[in-house]
Amino acid sequence: MINVTINGDTHHLDSCLKLNELLLNFSIEISKVAVEYNNEIVPRSMFECINITDGDNLEIIHFIGGG
Amino acid sequence: MTDILTIAGKEYNSRLIIGTGKYKDFEETKLAVEASGAEIVTVAVRRVNISKPGERMLADYLDPKKYIFLPNTAGCFSGEDAIRTLRLAREAGGWNLVKLEVLGDQKTLYPNMPETVEAAKTLVNDGFQVMVYCNDDPIQAKILEDIGCCAIMPLGAPIGSGLGIQNPVGIRIIVENSKVPVLVDAGVGTASEAAQAMELGCDAVLMNTAIAEAKDPIRMARAMKNAVRAGRDAYLSGRMQKKLYADPSSPLAGLI
Repeated sequence: MINVTINGDTHHLDSCLKLNELLLNFSIEISKVAVEYNNEIVPRSMFECINITDGDNLEIIHFIGGG
Repeated sequence: MTDILTIAGKEYNSRLIIGTGKYKDFEETKLAVEASGAEIVTVAVRRVNISKPGERMLADYLDPKKYIFLPNTAGCFSGEDAIRTLRLAREAGGWNLVKLEVLGDQKTLYPNMPETVEAAKTLVNDGFQVMVYCNDDPIQAKILEDIGCCAIMPLGAPIGSGLGIQNPVGIRIIVENSKVPVLVDAGVGTASEAAQAMELGCDAVLMNTAIAEAKDPIRMARAMKNAVRAGRDAYLSGRMQKKLYADPSSPLAGLI
């Protein structure tokens, strides 16, 4: 069991995952988001190279309506 | 007759940019955008709600291939936050055209100009094409243009206030001094005020609340489209001189 902070909330994950697998588990469409992994922006092409480990901090953003 | 707006080397037919916030739902957003004729729409950058997987997104209603999504930094009160937001936006969208706004105060939403200037420098150096929200001060506008911003966007009045253009003289001086497009961003409340912005010589108008908070947003979107066109045509036509006394429109010769 690992603890990961996603968008400010703590989540308990069963096992270590790749970033792209984590996004899929949350039904997030990879093509529509950007991710900050421990305060660094991760290019989409690198999602499958990132191993999520205990204590990681993720920000996952997308576009919403705004003026 | 063609009258093309060019921003950062890309050409547009519409001189109205609209925001996508404050609508009742995505369907209304879509219909208002269609009625407005806008080719660029502003969008905000926010956290994905991961507790609601599969939730409908803006991009399900507005096709990012059909419309230019202009990410903004609404809600950012420091240059640092704005830069971070736009770097994420570039990664999510894959384009460099952005709207920078660094707010100074919760109550007025006036821009924090020193932070805006510093953030603009960093973003331009980082390869962004920066359309910048600023105050109606010609000196600040020139500083932003010299940094390399691709559009200068002075406020007409506070964001969401609908007060109309409070400082037409300032806006006009900014227009006369700028070599890049000038847009009134914020403050327009109704169609005549959009026309006024264009008659002052602005290259385009950016608005959100005036449309979204109208009782019939879709009809107001159409009104704004027509107002921007009318104002632009009036500006290009060159208005008549104002006179102190009457000047009859019918010939005096041949009177019975």
